[in-house]
Amino acid sequence: MAQHEVTHKREVWSGRSVFIMAAIGSAVGLGNIWRFPYIAYENGGGAFLIPYLVALLTAGIPLLFLDYAIGHKFRGAPPLAFRRLRRGAEFIGWWQVLVCFVIGVYYAVIVAWALRYTFFSLTEAWGDDPEGFLIEDFLQQDGDATFGLSFVPGVAWTLLLVWIAVLGVLALGVQRGIGNANRFFVPLLVLLFAVLVVRSLTLEGATDGLNAFFSPDWSALTDTGVWIAAYGQIFFSLSVAFGIMVTYSSYLKRKTNLTGSGLVVGFSNSSFEVLAGIGVFSALGFMAQAQGVQISEVVAGGIGLAFIAFPAIISSMPGGPFFGVLFFGSLVFAGFTSMISIIQVTVSAFQDKTGMSKVPAVLAVGGVSAIVSLLLFPTTTGLNTLDVVDRFANQFGIVGVAFVALVVVAWIYRRLPELRDHLNSVSSFKIGAGWMFFTGILTPILLGYMLFSEIRDRIRDGYGGLPDSLVLAFGWSVQAAVIVLAVVLSFIPWRKGIDLEYELDENRPLTPSATDGTSSGGTQ
Amino acid sequence: MSGAAIGMMFLALITLWGGLLLSILHLRRHPDDPDA
Repeated sequence: MAQHEVTHKREVWSGRSVFIMAAIGSAVGLGNIWRFPYIAYENGGGAFLIPYLVALLTAGIPLLFLDYAIGHKFRGAPPLAFRRLRRGAEFIGWWQVLVCFVIGVYYAVIVAWALRYTFFSLTEAWGDDPEGFLIEDFLQQDGDATFGLSFVPGVAWTLLLVWIAVLGVLALGVQRGIGNANRFFVPLLVLLFAVLVVRSLTLEGATDGLNAFFSPDWSALTDTGVWIAAYGQIFFSLSVAFGIMVTYSSYLKRKTNLTGSGLVVGFSNSSFEVLAGIGVFSALGFMAQAQGVQISEVVAGGIGLAFIAFPAIISSMPGGPFFGVLFFGSLVFAGFTSMISIIQVTVSAFQDKTGMSKVPAVLAVGGVSAIVSLLLFPTTTGLNTLDVVDRFANQFGIVGVAFVALVVVAWIYRRLPELRDHLNSVSSFKIGAGWMFFTGILTPILLGYMLFSEIRDRIRDGYGGLPDSLVLAFGWSVQAAVIVLAVVLSFIPWRKGIDLEYELDENRPLTPSATDGTSSGGTQ
Repeated sequence: MSGAAIGMMFLALITLWGGLLLSILHLRRHPDDPDA
């Protein structure tokens, strides 16, 4: 393997603080704000904290470490990293890339909605009927649950702006684009959300909301479903196991404290989630009191929380427009920094495989993503399409590829000991048998159970009362196509001159051609 | 708020934000090699 090569320079973060900020920007997304509070409330309230903490420590952070180890040791986006891990594993990398592609094309749409709602907040454009405004006036859904191509201009042009901004950041590169964007947007997000939480806490009824959110239902701890929900929340929230953290860690310098950085990222993400729970439930407490109803009658999650419940809250409070700008601005910034990371995975994988330089790769891969996004979602049937694609991409795509990746890495190729040693060779927080057990045994079992349950339920029940044809086309077929295409892409030859055997080894001295992190090739 | 709710809120803040604080302090005590 003593091949020397100097191929195109791999970009590199200027320091670990930039990487940590980018990783936090990726992990803290829409799900932190609109999913965690609802999941926690529905699964035992305050008692949910216990399975949530256990899940963070036994699955979230260990998987984060695993992603960092793969990306840092094998120095590539998922296809190259898994190819270097073992020839037969490349398809897993492409599977992750294609899951990112699918998520990216609809995630941008929600960021676009949030952007429009930031401006709608100024005039409370939804009037006294936020639901009617969202479905009929803004999204112009035709009530027909099939698929169509009638465009909604108000959504389409905002979506175009989002794509231009995302691709613009990516075109500037890892440090100048992604790094600087996160150094600006992540602190801004924290600041905006902190102000929002303070304002929420001063509303009448806020303590009722917090009481509902934190009151523990201890019986939930004996419910298996609650524990699965906790692992699911941690898993989806941390941006692990679908290529993002592999890609981001591939830009780290040779000696970077991987586990120390991972602890900061993992706890930052969860800290923000708790902050979001406090802000959201304080606001919901206010809404319940204003309407004279129980908290349970106003609790919602996802799109219903963000685009129906919050507009109603904004309209009910003094200084509503200011609060609305804080809330929807937070959604935009949280979504934007996550969106950047998702699309970077696809761009970086394409660059690794073809050797294409940055800007053409961004225009090619990002351009295709943008076109697909613009064709499918800003339409009069886009809401249902988005709902189906989102469900399957998360519960089948992410869970499926994570499960397969862990089984292949831990059990078929048995590379966990080597990855553990790599983490320990560069990190201050040492890991051992516990990490091996969590990543090699506990998490695969949980993911396998989640995957099996989802497949069983979707086959038996369909999804959300939507037509089977829509679920088949945008759920099952998309995910099946992703797997088939991943296998096909793994057979396409790599660009000439790339060292497919390269791996970072702390015990070997540096050579001129293996300057750390700056060459996608290297010396073994 | 009930006592149990207040207790769980503080427990959440202490464990998660405390974990964040400890992990930041740990990282600061182990700076990366600037030449690596």
